Amino acid sequence: MFIIKCPYCGERDHSEFSYGGEAHLVRPKQPTELSDDQWAEYLFMRKNIKGLQYERWNHSHGCRRWFNAARDTSNDKIHSVYKIGEKPNK
Amino acid sequence: MTSKYRLSSGGQINRSESISFKFNGKTFYGYKGDTLASALLANGIHLVGRSFKYHRPRGILTSGVEEPNALVQIIKDKGKTDPNLRATQIEIYEGLNATSQNSWPSVNFDLGSINNLFSPIIPAGFYYKTFMWPASLWKNVYEYFIRKAAGLGKSPTKKDPDIYDHCYYHCEVLIVGAGPAGLVAAKTALKAGKKVLLVDERPNFGGNLNFSNKDYNKINELDPLEWIKKTCLELQKNKNIKLLSRTSVAAYHNYNYLIMMQNLTDHLPDKDKKEKIRQRLWKVRAKKVILATGSIERPMIFDCNDRPGIMLSSAVRKYANTYGVKCGNNISIFTNNDDAYETAITLHNKGVKVKSVIDIREKSDGTLTNKCRELGIKIYWKSAVIYTEGYKKITKIHVMRLSKDNTNVVGNKLKIDCDLLCVSGGYTPAVHLFTQSGGKLDYNEKKHYFFPKKNTLSQISVGSCNGTFGLKKIILEAQEKTREFLSISETEQFNVLEPEGGVFENIWLIPSNKISGKTKSFVDYQNDSTANDIKLALREGFKSIEHVKRYTTTGMATDQGKIANMHALGIVSEITNTKLGELGTTTFRPPYSPITFGALVGRNVGQFFDITRKTPIHDWHEKNNAKFEDVGQWKRAWYYPKDKENMYDAVQRESKAARECAGILDASTLGKIDIQGRDASEFLNRVYTNAWSKLAIGKCRYGLMLNEDGMVYDDGVTTRLSENHYVMTTTTGGAATVMGKLEDFLQTEWPELKVYLTTVTDHFATVSVCGPHSKKILEKVTQNIDYSDTSFPHMSFTNGLIDKIKCRVMRISFTGELSYEINVQANYGQSVWEKCMAAGKEFGITPYGTEAMHLLRAEKGFIIVGQETDGTVTPVDLQMDWIVSKKKYDFIGKRSLYRSDTMREDRKQYVGLLTNDPKEILEEGAQIVAEVKNKPPMNMIGHVTSSYYSPNLKKSIALAVVKNGKKLKGKKLYVPMQNKTIEVIVSDTIFLDKEGKRLNA
Ligand SMILES: [Zn+2]
Repeated sequence: MFIIKCPYCGERDHSEFSYGGEAHLVRPKQPTELSDDQWAEYLFMRKNIKGLQYERWNHSHGCRRWFNAARDTSNDKIHSVYKIGEKPNK
Repeated sequence: MTSKYRLSSGGQINRSESISFKFNGKTFYGYKGDTLASALLANGIHLVGRSFKYHRPRGILTSGVEEPNALVQIIKDKGKTDPNLRATQIEIYEGLNATSQNSWPSVNFDLGSINNLFSPIIPAGFYYKTFMWPASLWKNVYEYFIRKAAGLGKSPTKKDPDIYDHCYYHCEVLIVGAGPAGLVAAKTALKAGKKVLLVDERPNFGGNLNFSNKDYNKINELDPLEWIKKTCLELQKNKNIKLLSRTSVAAYHNYNYLIMMQNLTDHLPDKDKKEKIRQRLWKVRAKKVILATGSIERPMIFDCNDRPGIMLSSAVRKYANTYGVKCGNNISIFTNNDDAYETAITLHNKGVKVKSVIDIREKSDGTLTNKCRELGIKIYWKSAVIYTEGYKKITKIHVMRLSKDNTNVVGNKLKIDCDLLCVSGGYTPAVHLFTQSGGKLDYNEKKHYFFPKKNTLSQISVGSCNGTFGLKKIILEAQEKTREFLSISETEQFNVLEPEGGVFENIWLIPSNKISGKTKSFVDYQNDSTANDIKLALREGFKSIEHVKRYTTTGMATDQGKIANMHALGIVSEITNTKLGELGTTTFRPPYSPITFGALVGRNVGQFFDITRKTPIHDWHEKNNAKFEDVGQWKRAWYYPKDKENMYDAVQRESKAARECAGILDASTLGKIDIQGRDASEFLNRVYTNAWSKLAIGKCRYGLMLNEDGMVYDDGVTTRLSENHYVMTTTTGGAATVMGKLEDFLQTEWPELKVYLTTVTDHFATVSVCGPHSKKILEKVTQNIDYSDTSFPHMSFTNGLIDKIKCRVMRISFTGELSYEINVQANYGQSVWEKCMAAGKEFGITPYGTEAMHLLRAEKGFIIVGQETDGTVTPVDLQMDWIVSKKKYDFIGKRSLYRSDTMREDRKQYVGLLTNDPKEILEEGAQIVAEVKNKPPMNMIGHVTSSYYSPNLKKSIALAVVKNGKKLKGKKLYVPMQNKTIEVIVSDTIFLDKEGKRLNA
């Protein structure tokens, strides 16, 4: 039910977007050198925060661009949106 | 045609327009403006249904959305009916035909009421405790009994012929509820020039003010009705406001997104309904929301408080003032507040006998109580109704004095005759929408209600839904809060006359002179749960209010506890000695009141329910008798039966022809992604398991794509068109998700790669011709292509011309035969197909569908992603180690192939199965065991993924995944079926042409 502000297009209904899970997980540069545990940490483990969470969104029925959002999962308020590679505004 | 209980004058009904309607098969008359409930009451009918569990007679309790008893079914044409409607909300029209829904076999003679005699055996949790074991009784006994006895309405059996609509709406201010608070808020908001939407679920605006006593309530010297009329006219003249009546807000979601259902034709005579939209679903985005949803009167909870003829005091007042209906001739009132006295005075002034008022309070000095005394109405202070007599209608009440602390009754029992008991337990703010929107509540310990505390949305609550009572306070608050909310400086003067009120007192559960457990004090009328049920639940250890609710089903009926919730909470709080504020409330969930499926679906029915994708060659398939298979949204030709062929015969014929002469398949649905850019090869290296850098221009390669967890995700052939230009094919169903995944990696993980992806699935039509004669056919169809094996070998591509049309021809094969795929611009698809058919005629070219394609590839042991794989299968499990590059440093999913779990030896692995009897065809999905037992359970070690009778091998073949399958080759396994066990031998997955000679035939 949200309204999400795509950093490229502006405010749009949430039905234009798809959710992409936790943001700022960096794919390891050298996966083969990781232990099973380290790889599992990257592959499976997610924080699932109650409160402010940084997450990925895709404007899938719009410009198709990925971006990040800082959302409070307790009330779904989106505090900021920012492009991939950028840092969130505090 | 005046009915017995119709007052001689008054009300907002049109007495010149008489309307006939049917209730339970009998014809009655009412007036235009009546609800079904008011018209029935005018005819002296209270009994409208039977209760859910005990099948006790139940009457109309309320006058609005909160009605728990008067649920009716509206019968339309055969097979067309609307269940679960509240008689208190249905506006009568000529031709209305309603029946009680909760009675069987009839309201007056109800077999189910036998439950009532055995009521001690149906306590809280009865269903959980009783209908558990043996499971075999479920099908024929329990379910039948429950369904029959439950009587929650019948669903229609025919397709809904009505038209429904959806509408999106944006406004600056949405005001929910057009009672006095909502009207004042709207007037105020318009002063700021805001775009306002004002909605109310009732046919008329004005709310409860519509039936306030005009002697005691005035606004700016005007009678309530005059003020409402004047205000509405004023609003209607303003262009900035949109007014919607008969519009109920079903859901209030985050970000001020509200779903509302507007009733457009339900109140019209049948002849005027035709061709019109029945209901409209509004999807509203509001910058700001003002909730003015009012409050709901509570009943009183005492022994046998559920008899027909016991009604809410405000409802009785509404029936008298709005509909000119008296609900009884000999009336008693049971109250804990002053508001009920307004009902007493109203009835008295209309010539109806008010015999007594029973008030739990010591005294009250309000305007209305004093007036009642003046009128000589007998008031029993500090007293309570403790029991009622009567069966299908109340006949007597028993009254006793309350002890000082209200926990007991004392003194002599007084019996008073009556045919109507008005009950008033005070008002509960309607905070449903507020809490739906995420708002938190606070509890007022003095006034005994929950009220809105805080909300993060741009929203306010005004009036009685905010816990503000009294007309004056309501109006002033509505203006003040709206002004502040919208930053408006102007104010309007309101002179409000209202009765001076006494203090409200509260007892959740009226004490009884009977021993505990012998009373039937109903808390939830619709679900038939009593105060004793709640006590039992607490005794059995249920502490959380959410658990008590589920165990007793209190508040879980279609009225969603509008009547029951507060008392249930109050009783739990008293027994457990917990403060109500700490106990909290149960969750109010959408919809606030029931909503039709028709409105939810709107116009998205039939062919508009989902998109259908058709290939450019679809018309040809249709003309040539193809049967179609749904693959995602695509319609794919499945098989082409000739004459009287069944599916099996057609597939056998098509499969044989493809290997012996030539077959032609429409492969246009395969996903196609155009990949360009400096780093295209590097990108493919990272997304496929095999290496791509060395693929020569003009060559094709099969690729397998994994998820990061190492499981097979998609597959397909990719062709290198030029140095930095590839075209990738994906599975039909995977096209969109593969594209999404590739974009994701490009944008977020590897932004440094210069690669551009474009979906071109719909841009090309793909005609695949296979079989020993395919080369000869292609030679006839295309003009400038050299088909010699040296210049156009297997797994390569060339550009060509068909007449003047450019085409790409790939020599690739999914059947194991010599095979070519022609790709042309989509709109030439059908003509190229027809050219191939004409050119192939002399060679016996045969169109084949997806089923034959599946069979042909199964003969070759080629996998289908989604059939042989299910998201838990690695390439190693598929015995496709050859396609996993050991040299590449990394690709999506590589690391996961070396996890301890993916390296397990006993994973399910891909194998072939052959049956002893070559005619025995295994069932796809059948389980495989190593050891057969007399009966289940048996240890299942795998399952059949594909199975066919091969016309080319003349035996049945199957593919399967089996634990440790790689090591089981030649071993005997079993497939236990319902009435036999089939022996199978584990085989290689390639059944035909292991050497691949046919590719160059
Ligand atoms: Zn966008």
